[in-house]
Formats: sequence, C-alpha cells, structure tokens
Amino acid sequence: MTPVLAVKDLSVTFRTEDGPLSAVDHVSFEVGDGEVLAVVGESGCGKSVTAMSIAGLLPRSATVDGSVELDGTELIGADKRTLRSIRGREVAYIFQEPMTSLNPVFTVGHQISEVLRTHIGLNRQDARTRAIELLKLVGISSAERRIGDYPHQLSGGMRQRVMIAMAVACDPKVLIADEPTTALDVTIQAGILDVLRGLRERLGTSIVLITHDLGVVADLADRVAVMYAGRVVETAEVHDLFANPQHPYTTGLLGASPAAGRHAESQRLNEIPGLVPVLTEQPDACTFADRCPRAVDTCTTSQPQLTPGPHRVACWNPVREPVEV
Amino acid sequence: MRRYLLNRLWQSLVTLVLATIVVFVGVRALPGDPALALAGEERDPESLRAIRQQYGLDQSWLVQFWKFVSHAARGDLGESIRTGTPVRSMILSALPVTIELSVLAIVIASVIGVGAGVLAAVRRGGPAEWAANGLALLGLSVPHFWLGLMAILYLSVALGLFPASGFVPFFTNPVANLHHLILPAVILGTGLAAVIMRQTRSSMLDALSADYIRTAEAKGLPPKAVIGKHALRNSLIVVVTIVGLQLGALISGAVVTERIFALPGFGKLTVDAVFQRDYPVIQAVVLVTATAYIVINLLVDLLYSVIDPRIRVRGEA
Repeated sequence: MTPVLAVKDLSVTFRTEDGPLSAVDHVSFEVGDGEVLAVVGESGCGKSVTAMSIAGLLPRSATVDGSVELDGTELIGADKRTLRSIRGREVAYIFQEPMTSLNPVFTVGHQISEVLRTHIGLNRQDARTRAIELLKLVGISSAERRIGDYPHQLSGGMRQRVMIAMAVACDPKVLIADEPTTALDVTIQAGILDVLRGLRERLGTSIVLITHDLGVVADLADRVAVMYAGRVVETAEVHDLFANPQHPYTTGLLGASPAAGRHAESQRLNEIPGLVPVLTEQPDACTFADRCPRAVDTCTTSQPQLTPGPHRVACWNPVREPVEV
Repeated sequence: MRRYLLNRLWQSLVTLVLATIVVFVGVRALPGDPALALAGEERDPESLRAIRQQYGLDQSWLVQFWKFVSHAARGDLGESIRTGTPVRSMILSALPVTIELSVLAIVIASVIGVGAGVLAAVRRGGPAEWAANGLALLGLSVPHFWLGLMAILYLSVALGLFPASGFVPFFTNPVANLHHLILPAVILGTGLAAVIMRQTRSSMLDALSADYIRTAEAKGLPPKAVIGKHALRNSLIVVVTIVGLQLGALISGAVVTERIFALPGFGKLTVDAVFQRDYPVIQAVVLVTATAYIVINLLVDLLYSVIDPRIRVRGEA
C-alpha cells in the first residue's frame, strides 16, 4: 500500500532570542489511505509543530528540514502558491480551540463557502447549497438556518462541527485534527469523534489525530505514534500498543491515564516525574533518560533509534513483558 | 437590531437634553452681563432695561430656558446681536463648508492611516514599518497651524500648486471647490491619519496572531483575503472606535484650520462670535456642535454594529 502522506526525517528548529530551539527531530511516519494515525504525547513534545509543518503553516522563525510527501508531491520547500492550493483542498486542519478558530465577524456559511469558492470556484449560490450539505454531514440540525449564524451564536461543540465541515469541504486526502476534542465537554467529545469516524468511513479521509488523550486514541485510531521531546519513541498498531507498550514513556503515559475499571481499587494514577525538556539541540542520548525508571548507562551516551518492524520502539532497555498498567 | 437602535436613540436624546442645559447655563455663567455688552456706550438704566426686556433677560431662567428650547426645536436660533441676521441662516451657510472639510479630512486620514497601518503590521520589522512609525510620530507631534502655514508658504505661495485661501461652493464649481479644500483637508487629517495608522497597526498585529487567521491560512486562502478580509475586518472594530473618539479633536482642529485658510466655515463663525461677544451665535454654535457630536457618535456606534455582529446580537438579548 502506498501511503497518502509520508513524513520522513522531519526536523523543525525555531530561531529564538536564546538561540535555536529544536522542536522536532527526525520524525518519520506514514499514513495510509483511510487510516487514522494518532500522534500522542505530552504538551510541548512537538506534536502540533509536526502537524503545522506538514502544510507549511509554521511562522517564519521556523526552519524545516526533511521531507513530507503528499501522494508523491513534496511539500517541504514547495513554493507558496503550491502550498496554498494544497491547504484546505488536499490537506485540511481542525484546531483545538473552536471558540477562537472561527472568525467572529463572518457567518459560518460564509466561512465554509469561502473554501469552496477559493478551491473549486463555485459561485455564491452553489457554495451555499454545498455548505448546507456539509453542515448536515457533520450533524448540525436545521442547517439552513444555522448557516446564517455567527460563531458566537453556536455552542463549542457546534463550532467544532463547523470547523470539521469547513475542513472536509473539498474532500481532502488528509485531515489533520490537532486536539479536536480537548477544549470540549466530555459529552460533546463523543459526538465529535463520531463525526470524524463517519467521515473516515463515508469519505475515506485519512486522519492524523494529534492528541494527548489516550481515550480518544483508543476510540478512533488505527495506529499510534508516541512522541517525546521532538522524537517518535514508539509506533505500533493501536491494540498492540495498548497491550504491549514497550517504551517506558508509553507505559508511563498509559499509567497516568484514567480508565474505567483500571484503577477501581482506589489506586492512584501514576505520574511521570519531571517535565518534557526544552532542547536547544538534540543530544546524542535518550531525551527521556532523566525521567526514566529503566534507564541504563547507554541511555545517556547514545541516542536509541527506532527498531524495524510493525511495532517500532526507540529504547535501549524496552519493556518486553506485557505490563499491568 | 431594532431594539438596539431604539435604545441608542433614547440615549442620544437624553444626552442632547443634557447638552442643551449645559449650553444654556454655560452661556449665562460667562462673566459679564450681555445687556452691558450690548448697550455699549449708552449704559443708562433705562436702555439697559429695554435691552433686557427685548431679549427676555428680565425673565426667570426657567422661562428663558423654555423659550430657548422651544424656539430651538422649531429651528429658530435667534438673531445675531451684531448684524441682526438670523443665526439659523448664518449656521446653514457655514456648516456645509466645515462638513465637507471634515469628511474630506476623515476620508484622506482613513485611506492613508489604514493603508500605512496594514503595511506596517504586515511588514513588521522592515523599512516600511519604520517609515510608517516615523511619519505617524511626526504627524502627531507637528501642530496643525504650523503645518498649515508651511503648506501655504511652500505649496501655495512658492510653488503655486494650491490656492492659499478662500472657498468656492461645491455646486458652483466642484473642481475649484476640491482644489481649495484639498490642502486644508490634508493638514486637518494628518493628526487623525497618524492616530489611525498606529491603531490599525497594533490591532492588525493582534488580529494577525489570532487563531482564526491560522484557520484562514490553513484553508488555503490567498494573502489578500487573509489580511485584507479576515484580519482587517476585525481590526476595523477598534479603528472605528478610535476615529469616533478623535472627532472632537477634528472639530477643534477644523476651527484652527479654517482660520488659517480663511474658509468661511463653522470654525470661523465660532471664533468671530466669541471675539464679538455675539451670545445668541455662541449659544447656537455650541448647541449645533454638541448635536453634531451626538449624531456622529450615534453613527459610529451603528457602524460598529455593522462591522461586529456580536454587538448586534447583544443588543437584542
């Protein structure tokens, strides 16, 4: 199977007043047709930066190296015109904050129509008709009326549905959802995840799901890439990852997340001590070594690489036995 | 929206009544007896009483106020003490000059200010921003009257590009009318242009870093739409407020500018009336200015709700 999206050795460095800051270091992953890949990690691990760099949405202070191929087209280093024609049409985004991600001074109908008119060249009337269809597709009732609403007249969940409608307006190959449910109430979250699942089934859209919520991962993802301090430390098929996490960071993440029944005997959630390091350069060592309960001498002197195979892990002392988390 | 409008109209009416009271009391609180000023050399009690009776100054303030209001409401603003001309016709001939000058100044200032502000925000840190900031500082610091005099000296007298003074009504000769007004309008607009530029720049910078701009970029919109539509429309909310607040400065600026360019406008009428202690004219001029101010603010508020849909709906709630 040829992947729709192939990210290879992607590195992102930001110029800051305190010198260069390495946010993403040689990240590689592939997303197949209709596949949902979850990118998981703590805040500041480089998930969002990775997502933004795919369609060249990072600020000018960022230097991006490596390769991002979308259906064979190289996006890194592509000119602005090419990138613009791809954004919204081939690669679309959903962001974390539905409250602020929609423009407050335009109706939702206008904001959806805009994508259709820019990329497909629909006229005003056709774009409106299509926008109503899209609102229905994402489960907004009385779409004909809602289309004239301004974002502030809608609830958070509705706004996120509008964002999704806008994102899938041109039937993109890849949908990048950056923490799509984080800002929403739990009851609303399930609805949004249903919409995403439905899109994948009906339109065959590949989804890159950026999240720190393992519940969301288990619900929606086919495969998972775990990121830590700008690197992918483990990647596996979703059931395999939950059943046999091999990187100590992954086991830590699983242990830190509440799950029904798992902590029934008033067992405390496990915390991973320490913080994700802010790196001015990527050291030749495992960046998790400082916080790792399984660290050995090699961890501080040499950087582990991802092992080959379907379940890949970058660790000198991986967890081999299925763990009870 | 209708409810918002009614609410706003009611507020304006209250403000207008308060302004009328302030004008009435203010004129009477001025030092000096108008009767004495009118009497000139003949200050015998007999003629003073005659004057007081003629102008109703012997009646109580309440009666005087009622007369003032009821006459003003019918458009009767009295007669000039000096010339005997109805104040109404004096104002009606002076007002169009000032309105045209101010509108022209606002248009010029908005075009320059918004344009330069957007450019400065988009080209942040570049020479364009430096130039725009420098010019804005200059525009704010240099006083109108000096700038006006220099413009007359160099552009009108030395180069002969513009007439140094005078006015031609628009309907007599539109080209000559604009030719006479363009220089005063630019001079009057410089301060406003500087304020608008700075405000546009900072609110554009805010808007450009907003999440919805990221969304617009992620949608693949061209920069023209991202900057000129999504960011600018949001920035204008703040800019319109600032322009509204600056209108007071514009009106007082117009007084000075009209004086320099010898334009027969409202500013000149005001200054002349004050110098000549022409009380009915002063009273009318202040009342008309206050009314204009209230109406302009109402318009700004309405414009505000056209730009920002959130205000429209809040008014309905």
